[in-house]
Amino acid sequence: MELLRLKDVYKTYHLGEIDLPVLKGISLSIERGELVALMGASGSGKSTLMNILGCLDHPTSGQYWLDGQEISGASANERADLRNRMIGFVFQTFNLLSRTSALENVKMPIGYSADAGTEREGRRRAMELLKRVGLEDRMDHEPSQLSGGQQQRVAIARALINRPQFLLADEPTGNLDSKSSEDLLLMFEELNREQGITILLVTHDPGVAQHAQRIIRIRDGVIGGDGTASVGAADDDDGAGTGKGGPA
Amino acid sequence: MKRQHTFRTAINALRRNIMRAALTTLGIVIGIAAVITMVEIGQGSSNAIRKTIESMGANTLLVLPGQAASGGVSFGAGSVMTLTPGDCDAILHDCPAVSAAAPVVRATAQVVYGNHNWVPMQICGTTPAFLDVRNWTQMNEGECFADRDVRNASKVCVLGQTLVRELFQGESPVGKEVRVRNVSFKVVGVLSKKGANMMGMDQDDILLAPWTSIKYRVTGSTVTTASSSTSATTSTVNTLDQIYPSTGGALYPVPSDTEAADTPLPVRFANVSQIMVAAQSSSAMKQAIGQITDLLHERHRIKPGDPNDFQIRDMTEITKALSSTTTLMSTLLLCVAMISLVVGGVGIMNIMLVSVTERTREIGLRMAVGARPRDILWQFLTEAVLLCFSGGVVGIALGRTGSYLVTELLRWPTEPSLAAVAAAVFVSVTVGVTFGFYPAWKASRLDPIDALRYE
Repeated sequence: MELLRLKDVYKTYHLGEIDLPVLKGISLSIERGELVALMGASGSGKSTLMNILGCLDHPTSGQYWLDGQEISGASANERADLRNRMIGFVFQTFNLLSRTSALENVKMPIGYSADAGTEREGRRRAMELLKRVGLEDRMDHEPSQLSGGQQQRVAIARALINRPQFLLADEPTGNLDSKSSEDLLLMFEELNREQGITILLVTHDPGVAQHAQRIIRIRDGVIGGDGTASVGAADDDDGAGTGKGGPA
Repeated sequence: MKRQHTFRTAINALRRNIMRAALTTLGIVIGIAAVITMVEIGQGSSNAIRKTIESMGANTLLVLPGQAASGGVSFGAGSVMTLTPGDCDAILHDCPAVSAAAPVVRATAQVVYGNHNWVPMQICGTTPAFLDVRNWTQMNEGECFADRDVRNASKVCVLGQTLVRELFQGESPVGKEVRVRNVSFKVVGVLSKKGANMMGMDQDDILLAPWTSIKYRVTGSTVTTASSSTSATTSTVNTLDQIYPSTGGALYPVPSDTEAADTPLPVRFANVSQIMVAAQSSSAMKQAIGQITDLLHERHRIKPGDPNDFQIRDMTEITKALSSTTTLMSTLLLCVAMISLVVGGVGIMNIMLVSVTERTREIGLRMAVGARPRDILWQFLTEAVLLCFSGGVVGIALGRTGSYLVTELLRWPTEPSLAAVAAAVFVSVTVGVTFGFYPAWKASRLDPIDALRYE
């Protein structure tokens, strides 16, 4: 079953007099339960595509169906609501609230939900999630008292608090050492396998992308390759797609 | 849930930087404390001024009898005798805007003690309420005569300072007897010093006695209104007539017994020369005048359209001076208060703007996890209002302490003002909303993508 689909998505930024086309007709679809890696060099339109997929931005033209709903023309408020209900974000820089306990950080998105449960319920769920990411003894710690890997795990717990169907991880391992990165990616795989959460890993590291079942490559605003991650897919960013899609 | 969440988020955000929050709100704290202290000192002072001015007679009204006219010739104020002590009682009881009323019977006479004599500016026959009306209840010595003395027409009196100085030269007058037109009055009290009034008249040159005593014992014996009654009252009351035959000598032939029997004693007139009334406050003067006018119309059976048989005078000049003084005072204080609060508010806006810039990533994150622009606006607005409000609360406590200390240490009159406290809370919240809105609006307009990437 399809979770999201993009059709002929264009995104053009207007920088004064000059129009800067970033996405030039992207069409793709992601099934429920997939673990997808989105790869591309900087400037390829990777971040723009991620912003559109994450409902942070809307395309200049083209259509975007998320969970069967066409949302390319959604208002800022509607998009905020979608982000809250459907999408969990994990950022490269963790983006935890400083001087706020891990538990409070995880609970934070609940406050913006329309159908938020009781305070006690939210707290219980946050504790449960922290336990699942292995931080049950660090709930009262502030971000500055946690290692990078632990901070990222808090961020994952926060992303999961509203039971999203879609987890968007933007360079999740960019600020982590290799050991923590490996742990984190295993956790993503586990979440994907056990919870059936659709995960999109945005990365330029082929090693990270290897953990995904499918790799979408983007180059100069178009899809440069889309295919299953083969064993020998460890090519560099600018490398041509190795999947069945072939160069566009 | 949502409001509660916003509130808690704001509190958490402030707690994360408690020192800065405290310093930010210091402007408001000082502003509000200054306002409260100022207002309380100002109110205390202006009340003190008001009391002083009122003691000059700003809230007193004078009810005078009207004038008689005959053939187009008016005889001037007081030429008809229409006011009675009954009117005075009725004014006191039936006019809510009136706090005290006293009838006054005036006389001019020589006062003698031992070998000294003096003609005081005023000899007032009145009731003890006179002192309430004039704000003169403080006695230097002894006490005022009582209502009982008024009923009994007792021969007791209270002297003003000037009279005491002229007659007693350092002796204590209380318990001594003075003679007023050969009627001896026992001095029961000495008034405190009041000084000259606005017209330069010495107000201490006064003798107060029950109006009944003055009317029936002093003036009744000499002011010959009805010749037949004069001799009758004179002979019964003034026993010194024989010793000083010149005073109040009979202008008319003494009637024989037969004549006296033929002309029975007329009823004793109980009219008074004027009624002094104190209004509840200087602002209630207009009401008091209206109520007294209505009441006297009714009591004197004056038909609508007929001329009044009385006049009411107020001290417009003094009242004006009073109101301009207090208005000036409160305007001045308001200006100072406003300036300090605006400065405090700008301080809050400044810090909130810094805070928005500093927390751009946090705003971006909140938006990414589903906060709407309005949620962000509310959060920052709540923070600003919370800062101002808590600043206001601390400021009120500080201000009250300040004015308490001013009273205790400097003996400066202050007056706790609930209105100032309420206004302070209101103003601090308003300042929070006003100066918190722009930063909050700015925060809510951030683009989540840019905000998340902000360094």
